[in-house]
Formats: sequence, structure tokens, C-alpha cells
Amino acid sequence: MLENLFTNIAGLLRNLLDSAGVPPLWNDVTLLVVKLVAILVFILINALWLVLMERKVAGYMQARIGPNRVGPWGLLQTTCDIGKLISKEIPIPKSADKILFLLAPALVFVPPLMIFAAIPFGKDMVALDLNIGLFYVFALASLTTIIFWMGGWGSNNKYSLLGSMRVVAQMVSYELPMILSVLGVIMLVGSMNLTEIIAAQQNMWFIVTQPIAFLIFFIAAVAECNRTPFDLVEGESEIINGPYTEYGGMGFAMFFLAEYASIMIISAMATTIFLGGWLAPFGLTFIPSWLWFFLKMYVLIFVVMWFRWTFPRIRVDQLMGFGWKILVPLSLANVFVTGIGMYIYRAIGW
Amino acid sequence: METSIYSVLAFYVLAAVILGSAILVVSMRNIVHSVLFLAICFIAMAGLFLILDAAYLAVIQVLVYAGAVCIMIIFGVMLIQRTDMKQSNLFNRQTFMAGGVVALTLAVSGFFAGTTAWADLAANTPVPEDSLGQIGQLLLSKYVIPFEVAALLLLVALVGAIVLAKEVKANVDD
Repeated sequence: MLENLFTNIAGLLRNLLDSAGVPPLWNDVTLLVVKLVAILVFILINALWLVLMERKVAGYMQARIGPNRVGPWGLLQTTCDIGKLISKEIPIPKSADKILFLLAPALVFVPPLMIFAAIPFGKDMVALDLNIGLFYVFALASLTTIIFWMGGWGSNNKYSLLGSMRVVAQMVSYELPMILSVLGVIMLVGSMNLTEIIAAQQNMWFIVTQPIAFLIFFIAAVAECNRTPFDLVEGESEIINGPYTEYGGMGFAMFFLAEYASIMIISAMATTIFLGGWLAPFGLTFIPSWLWFFLKMYVLIFVVMWFRWTFPRIRVDQLMGFGWKILVPLSLANVFVTGIGMYIYRAIGW
Repeated sequence: METSIYSVLAFYVLAAVILGSAILVVSMRNIVHSVLFLAICFIAMAGLFLILDAAYLAVIQVLVYAGAVCIMIIFGVMLIQRTDMKQSNLFNRQTFMAGGVVALTLAVSGFFAGTTAWADLAANTPVPEDSLGQIGQLLLSKYVIPFEVAALLLLVALVGAIVLAKEVKANVDD
């Protein structure tokens, strides 16, 4: 019952439209739109609550309580914050490139939504089951760089410009080890379909067979969403707030929430590729598959937040050196070793 | 490829977006705007590949071309010496050169468009389910030499970049 909760809802909707005499094509389109809107709402609500989670995690790690005034256990704190930000004016600097400046926060949620459309949340729960799912995700993730750059450039402020230069340098550099690290998994599965990658982890999660790839992927992914220890992009002590310096009100809030959306994406991706996706470990199938997916995802999100309150920020030259001199060679070596390992296994006849 | 009314409609919309943004790339005075329109052009071209059921090519188009647009902007901004961005992508007077190149391009693509047997292509070869696997097979068997040559070219570029970067550093030390 609970296992097929969402697939049943989708089936019910499909039957309802069928009985209303809607042609199959429009039926499919309506269903897809409903799924995408559901995912969008899910992302937005999650981003909202993850801000609270971050503050609570930070609070407990620093031996304090965190927000606890608005609502029970501070649960409505971020809702209030966003309410305040919506009601504020969005100041536009006089010399800003107005179109780019306003377009950037409006577009910043497009790539996360499109990426989430391809992620399998549970058994038979994927809005777009693509043959090249993994590649699709990376392609869209690479587009976020342009949007951050648009915001930073459009502000026409030197700190924004410095920040957006750092965004491009950092995100382009860390994209390479991220894609290369996943190559080992693709070699083992022989497919880029996310559903098949999950199915291949039926007996063994890839974090066990590809531990180095997981480490590289996770580090590079944290750098991709500009989180500590890679938050040079918005290093407050150096360049105020990087690309978002000139933004106020909801423009700022969109970037702020988008950061949490990208944390969700990297956690969901790492779950899908390395932690078995929605597969239940140790045969604990009485917990529904989608719940397993979210459980794993939130554990990884917690780890990302844990990073933030544990590690200091690294320097720009260290960032580039670490990416190009350590992560890239390591991920290439991982591909090489995986290839040799596959041949040996085949020779043994496993 | 399906030829329903929707895919025909999608084709015309995408074609209009591609041509419009391509013209804007050339005519915009601000180089940053030009390059951003180039990104729109690339993404719309990925849409064309999607209509043709070539999902892998579409994704490559976005990843390699649209994703690399940022780097292009950075180069543009760093190499441009004007203080006013509104005059960073001006027109020049090399009409004959441009006309010649355009005429040559049109002639070559017209020749190939005329000589390709489109009807046979569309009728005889349905798009395979697993185009990715087949591209991989072809790339490492029939087209392995061009593939390796391209890899070698990239390696040379990489080594060249490292040598250039090293030289600058050595001068600073002196």
C-alpha cells in the first residue's frame, strides 16, 4: 500500500483522464506536467526546510539551540524569513545590466528542476526515464555556471565580478573529476540509465566496489555547489558575498534556496550512483523504497552540512591545485584500475 | 523520427529561435550579450537533435557547447581592452572576406544537402533504441583513427597550455 503510494496516485489520475475521454497524448503530457509540478513543489519546500536544518545542525554543533521561537521547535522560522524577503524591494543598482541582473535569479531553479525530473525517487518513480540519464544530469548541471555568472556580471560590482570569475573557474574545474569518477560506475554497469545503475546495485552498492570514485564524486560535487570548504565564491571575509552581493529581497532568496536545491541534487545523485538509490539494504523491504531513497539522501545532506561546520575555507590556489593535481589524476587512475579489475574478473570467470 | 504536427511545430519554433539568436550573436554590441545568445542558440540546437531522437547528441551539445560558453565569456572579458562594454563587439568593414566565407559555406552545405539521399535515409534506418552503445562501438572500431587523432590534438593543446603557463612563472622568479 505505502510502497506504491505515488505510483497508485499517478495510475488513478491516468484512469481518471482516460475515463474523461482525454486522448492518450494529452493524457501523457498532463501526467508529466503534474509530476514536474510535484517535483518543483517538493524542491521548494525542501529547500525551505533545509535552511532550518542547516541552522539547527550549526546550532547543535556549536552547543547552542538554534532557532526555536517561531512555531514549535522553530519549524516556521524559515517560512517567516522567506515571507519577509518576498515583501522586500529588490534594489537594482543604477549601473547594472538590468535584464541579466533580473534574469539570473529567475532562471536559477530551472536546472535543478530539470535534473530532478530524471532521478528515480523510488520503484517505478521516475518522471523521465532516460537512456542517457547520467549524462543528462551532468549536462544540465554545467548550465548552472552560466546563471551564476549572469548574476555576478549583471550586478556590475567588482566583488560580484570577482565572485563570478571564481564560480566559473571552480565549477568548470571540478566538473571534470566529477564526470571522470562516475566513469568507473558506468563501466561496471554498461549503461547510463539511472534505473539500470540502481538495478545493478541489487547485491552490492557501488560505494563498496568504487570507494575512491565515491570520495572523488562527493568532494567534487560539494565544490560544484559552492559549499564550505569550497565556498570561495562567496567568501564573506574576502569578497562580501560574491555574485550575490548586489541582490536583495527575493532575488537573494532565490540564490540562497538554489544552493539548497543543489545540495539536494548532489545528495540524490550520490545516493543513486553509489548508495543503491531506492534499494533497501539487508532486505528491509517493509520500509517503502521512496522512504529509503529520502533516508539516504538526507544522511548525505547532513554530511554536507557537517562539512560546513567542521572544515575551514581553502585558498584559491589550493582549490585549483587540489582539483587538477589530485582529483583528476586520481579519477583517471580509478578508471584505469576499474578496467584492469574488470578484465581480471572476466578472466577468472566470475 | 515522428512527423506529427507537434514535431513539425517544434521544428519551426526551434529553427526560428536558432536563427534569431544566431543573428543577435552577430549584431549585439556587448560581447557578453552575444555569448549568452550563443548559449541559447546551442540549447535550441540540442532541441533539434531531440526531435531527431538523437538524445545523446543533444546532451553532448549542451554539455560541451552550452556548458563551455562560460569559459568563452571569461576569455572575451579578459581579452577585451575597451572600458565600455557597449562597444566590445563592434562591426568591421571586411565585407568581401565575410561574403566569401558565407558563400563558400552555403555552397558546401548546399552541395551536401543536394547530394544526400534524404528519402532513403529516412525510410530505411529507424533510429536504434540504444544509440549510445552504437556510437561507442563505431567510435572505437570504424572511426578509431579520427578518434585517436582528436585525442592527440587535445593532448598537444594541453601540453602547450602547460608550457605557456610554466614560462610565465619562470619569468616572475627571475
